[in-house]
Order: sequence, then C-alpha cells, then structure tokens
Amino acid sequence: MAQTILPFGPQHPVLPEPIHLKLTVEDEIVVDALPALGYVHRGLEKLCDIRDYNQMVQIVERVCGICSKIHAMCYCQGIEEMMGVQVPDRAKVLRVVWSELHRVHSHLLWLGLFADAFGFEALFYQFWKIREKVMDINEATTGNRVIVSVNEVGGVRRDLSAEQIRWIEAELKVVEKQVRELRSTILDDYTVKKRTVGKGVLTGAQALELGAVGPTLRGSGVFQDARQLKYAAFDRIDFQPIAYPNGDSWSRCAVRYDETLQSIDLVRQALARLPEGELSTKVKGKPEGEVVTRVEQPRGELLYYLKGNGTNNLDRCRIRTPTFSNIPPLVVMLPGLELADVPVVVLSIDPCISCTER
Amino acid sequence: MPIPAKQVTKETLVAEVAQYKSAGWRFVTATCVDLNENEFDILYHFDKDLTMEHLRLTVPKTEPVPSLSGVYLAAFLVENEIQDQFGLCFDGLALNFANHLYLDDEVATTPFCKFGVVRKTAAAE
Repeated sequence: MAQTILPFGPQHPVLPEPIHLKLTVEDEIVVDALPALGYVHRGLEKLCDIRDYNQMVQIVERVCGICSKIHAMCYCQGIEEMMGVQVPDRAKVLRVVWSELHRVHSHLLWLGLFADAFGFEALFYQFWKIREKVMDINEATTGNRVIVSVNEVGGVRRDLSAEQIRWIEAELKVVEKQVRELRSTILDDYTVKKRTVGKGVLTGAQALELGAVGPTLRGSGVFQDARQLKYAAFDRIDFQPIAYPNGDSWSRCAVRYDETLQSIDLVRQALARLPEGELSTKVKGKPEGEVVTRVEQPRGELLYYLKGNGTNNLDRCRIRTPTFSNIPPLVVMLPGLELADVPVVVLSIDPCISCTER
Repeated sequence: MPIPAKQVTKETLVAEVAQYKSAGWRFVTATCVDLNENEFDILYHFDKDLTMEHLRLTVPKTEPVPSLSGVYLAAFLVENEIQDQFGLCFDGLALNFANHLYLDDEVATTPFCKFGVVRKTAAAE
C-alpha cells in the first residue's frame, strides 16, 4: 500500500494554537508522525538580559495564557530560594488558592475543548459555562481573569477578605455540583467512550522513558505529581495524586476530570487553613547562584532553571514547560491510529503551544 | 551557590546517562548556559520519585556534543532547541532539524548566545 504524507496543522479545527505534525499515512492508518514547532516562538527566556529579576515576574506570566499564575509562582520560588527569602505563611496559602483555581479553569477549558474535538458541542458549551464562574472568582479577587499578577518575589500582592472567602466557597459549591452532573456524560457516554477508550495508548514504562508529565503521565498509571514536593503550602494540605492505569485518551480525560474536583477541594482546604499575617517579605540584595525549581501546572511538571550573577539581571532563565515534555510521547502515541482519531489523541495531551513556544 | 551536579566529560556523558536510564530515572530536560566567549555549560536533569540529580558538561563552543537521543529519545527535542538557540551541534541526533526547529533559513546568528555569535554548522540529516 502506498504511503501518503498529510499535514496536520498548524491550522486545524481542534488546535487553538499552531503546531504542525507531518503524518505518514498508509490506508488511513498513521505509520509515522514528525512534529514541527516554531510558528509562534517568542524567546521570552532571553528577556532576562534586559529586564531585571522583578520585572521578569510579569514576563514569565505571559509564557502561558492559561496557567500564568503558576509560572510566576515557580519563578518567584526559584528567586526566593536563591536569595534565602522566607515567604510569609499567608502568602504561601494564597499562592495555593490561586494556583488551584487556575487548575480548575484550565481543566474545564480542556474538558470543553476535548468534547468539541469529538463533536459534542453541547458538552463543550456546558464545561465552558461552568468555567466562567471560576473566571469570575479570578477577576473579583485579582482584577483579571487570566493574567492575575498576584505573585511577587517575597510573597503575593493581593489578599482575600473574609467576605470574599465566603463568596468563593459558595461559588465553588455550585461549580462542584455542576461538574459532578457532567461526569456520566464525559466518562460513561457510549459515543464518547468509542472515541477515547483504547486510543493513543501510552504504557507507564513508555511514559516514564519518554519523559511524559502531568495527566499524560498519570493517565498511564504513574502516581507522580510535583505537588508531592510540598512547595508553597502543600505541606499543610492533604493531597494524593490521581492516576488511571490504561494510558489511553479516556484515562487522561478521567485524570483531568477528577483533578478538577480535587482542586476545588484543595482550594477549600487552603482557605480553611489561611493564617493571619503579612502578604510579603521585603527582599534585599541581588540574586546570585543557581537554582532548579519545579511546580505542577495543569498540564504537568513545570521546571525553571535560574542563574543569578549578583546583578539585577539573571544570567539565565530556562523554562521547561510540560507540553514540551509531552511532545515526544505524543509522537509515539500516534502510529497505528486511524486518521480520524488523531485530533482527539493530540488534544488528549492538552497541548499548550504558548508554553512550548515560550 | 551552584546546584550540586556531577561533572562529566564528552567521553563519559553517554555512559553516565545510560546508567541513569537503567536505574529507572526519567530524563527531565537539558539546560544550556553561555559561560563565556569560549564555553557552554550543559546541565542534564534527571528525576526519580521526585528526587532530582544533575550532570554538568562544560564544552568548548566549537566542538560537537554527543546526543542523548540514542539513550533517551525524548532528548531529541531539547537538543534541537539548544542547537537552534546556541549553535551547539549534537552528534547522533535521532531526529535532526538542523537549526530549523524554530529558525528560518535567513537567521544567521544564534539568538540565545550572550557572548559572541557562534556560527551554525549542523547539516540536515
């Protein structure tokens, strides 16, 4: 049978951002996949040459439009470790609150996009409608829906009042109820399972060998989550990673669905343990030395390598985003699939090209 | 303080990394740092059960570095990125974009180099 090479992307209905896959197809079956990046690369890491280490907080927030808060938290943690800054407990807990709210809205965004990928428009609409409540919480508590800019080196810029905490808890109760109502549709529906079960299988051993992270790794049965490192206030919160064993698109979806509910619980736990105190520690001096720091983004482990030279500008700011790590596993998932399943499997890793092309 | 990293050479790098793989470590990523006009540091990061270890390779800018993609396939992407951004060449890259992962033909410089410009010499495979 003759082989045909088909371009998938960079513009494709399931891709909100541009990535290109050169698919070699034989009789509608994918036999090889080659990724191509670089359509929107911005070189943000290099800006550390001209922006000082405080200004870089705003730069790294713009690496990703969906998990900007978590980028800034990871960066700030790195600088704080390098400079020996003790962050106040209240700031640590608030960082958990906003980062888990980010995870909730990111997963709801993805659950909607995933439903859209297999043509379930009503489900797409429902998940995005629920997500709006979380965006409203972000806007009311930080002033912005996505780029929330609450982090600074030494702590956080914003506080939550007792009234806001009560309102957030009430809103999350509604969000939780509405998400639970959609469980059987997204995970048990016959047509949804036909499009996701057994599609794009990645075994646990393959996932580890190929460097998969986040729900892509945990969807292959590996219980690993950077939140187990107990950064920020995770040392005072009950947390266990969620994993499903089958390694297919359904498992990755189930991980994200369960994590949405889990993150709502983590926000509640954090709010219940919010101590009184300062929001930020005054930072003196200039960063010097090297540090590697990791946190868990909605799409997986995020790593920052920072090198300071005792001036206001860093020598190096290296960002390893989760989608960058999940591209090699994706290339291995695709061969053997029918062409019609490719969009759903590509979306199952929750590709964030904004992160990848930082 | 520099991060604790075991210093390796070009000759010992692949063997050291193969040991990490056989012991079940996950390849996290590699980081290239422009040290001065003549040298790069490449840091290789590994994870096992949320513990990280690092290898440090200091290399002249003009010399190629052995690719890890034969040991960990996942390394091909970050090695291509370093090739684009810093002009460093990798020997034995499993999938070599030959400086075209991010860059177009007309880009003559290596955009992430702080000290000087390294000419690109990698050829498409």
